[in-house]
Amino acid sequence: MKKLINNPQHVVDEMIEGYVKAYPEYIKQRNENKRSLVTSRQTPDNKVGVLIGGGSGHEPAFMGYIGDGFADGVAVGNIFASPPPDPILETTKAIDKGTGVIYLYGNYAGDIMNFDMAAELADLEEDIRVETVLVTDDVASVAKGGEDQRRGIAGGFFVFKAAGAAAAKGLPLSEVVRIAKKANSHTRTMGVALSPCSLPQTGEPSFELGESEMEIGLGIHGEPGVERGKVQTANDVADRLLKDILHDMPLEQGERVAVLVNGLGSTSRMELYLMFRRIEQQLNQKQITIHRSYVGDYITSLEMGGCSLTLMKLDDELADIVDYPADCPMFVQK
Amino acid sequence: MHITASEFKSFLHRVTLKVEEKKDDLSELDRKLGDGDHGVTMSLGWQAIEEKLHTDLKDETDCGYICKEVGKAFINAVGSSVGPLYATGFLRGSRVLQNKSELTDDDLSAFWVAFIDGIQQKGKAEIGEKTMIDTFMPARNTLQERITAGDPFESAFEKAVQAGKKGMESTRDLISKKGRSSRLGSRSVGHQDPGATSAYLMLEVFLSTVRSAQRV
Repeated sequence: MKKLINNPQHVVDEMIEGYVKAYPEYIKQRNENKRSLVTSRQTPDNKVGVLIGGGSGHEPAFMGYIGDGFADGVAVGNIFASPPPDPILETTKAIDKGTGVIYLYGNYAGDIMNFDMAAELADLEEDIRVETVLVTDDVASVAKGGEDQRRGIAGGFFVFKAAGAAAAKGLPLSEVVRIAKKANSHTRTMGVALSPCSLPQTGEPSFELGESEMEIGLGIHGEPGVERGKVQTANDVADRLLKDILHDMPLEQGERVAVLVNGLGSTSRMELYLMFRRIEQQLNQKQITIHRSYVGDYITSLEMGGCSLTLMKLDDELADIVDYPADCPMFVQK
Repeated sequence: MHITASEFKSFLHRVTLKVEEKKDDLSELDRKLGDGDHGVTMSLGWQAIEEKLHTDLKDETDCGYICKEVGKAFINAVGSSVGPLYATGFLRGSRVLQNKSELTDDDLSAFWVAFIDGIQQKGKAEIGEKTMIDTFMPARNTLQERITAGDPFESAFEKAVQAGKKGMESTRDLISKKGRSSRLGSRSVGHQDPGATSAYLMLEVFLSTVRSAQRV
């Protein structure tokens, strides 16, 4: 796989350097730890700190979502690897305003261990209150009934946004946590992979997939999916993803959703709009209202091919949260 | 027998060399089960340890302190899941070796038991879940059995390494129950676990370090 890189060992640090230089009005890198990024803007006093994070390779996640109405800080890990406790703790210290910090990340064993260690240090050494909400939106990863054990994929965008909006409204930590958990429990994602990605350090594809094959239920770390099949048309794939989501989270006529069609890195916008077109037709037919839609690359897996569909079921509170404005380098909503 | 601080450091150095040598194999195993980066991750972690050994720890003789610093260097270089696991192992091991610059048989077995128990408690994996614990736990149990039975350390550790090897090989036929690969369910069967494999490398290198220390 051809890539524009220098030394494969330095890709993450060089990416961060470029990113911070590109958006100084939004982001600054902490001197104390170069993997700790925080907003360069003044945030209101007493605002709950919102810290998101995880491995690199998901760009524009997570650092693209530092900004008003979204995250205050990000701890950056190696490619597809949780950040260690140090940058998490450093970010926590930088964004805490005395009202506590919420950690939001996908449900992965490595992330949990590192973030928990940082939370413990924040409490013991810095006297900062930290609460954690895990993203568990991937329908394919665990059968119904085990929702809280599912892994977190593109639906994290909605959960992060919910926490960011709640914190920006000046709500206390307990409320930010409640709303983030509610957003997570109302969010479902199903994905399809068409081609693998390759790590800069190995250059090897993360899995093998035949020319005419696709994987349903992919992960966002180049993991293969849970089921392999023949490549189908956009409409058929969209129908399948939607069917699995609605089977898991039934929606009644008249209900509202936010829709995210997320590209995994190398799938064209053209294809993503074909997918959205079909989703819209189907939801329209079921008389489910699309309150807001997002189509594009929001949480990727390097140059993996394919996409995912995320639905968040809305009530008035979550609709309000989805509509809350945000201003980040990679995401602006007026 | 005795292991000096410099021999202990030489063990860590040799693991780094071994991990470099096997880096691609480890990543290849991981491609079947995960994101294909286990060799890269282990290499990053052990390179950070290597750098620590050449700088801050160059003249250090307290094996407890060495362990502590090595654990911190490892986790801060890698994060991931192996970061907290190995770091916890080293931190637990460091308590056992505190203020010691020469390690006796008792110290060495206490170190390995503490190291492995630390990893097990942090990751909460049990034998049979297709993780590094499938290598480490049988090794730990065999080591303790043989030491209790009165075997000298080197022969006890040799048996421990054999038990670890069997455990590592057993992961091939297991369904993953922990970590990202657990999402693959029965598709994880047929591939040896990369974490169990790198754990075995560490044990194997320790045995060869002990053997060469004995010969001197």
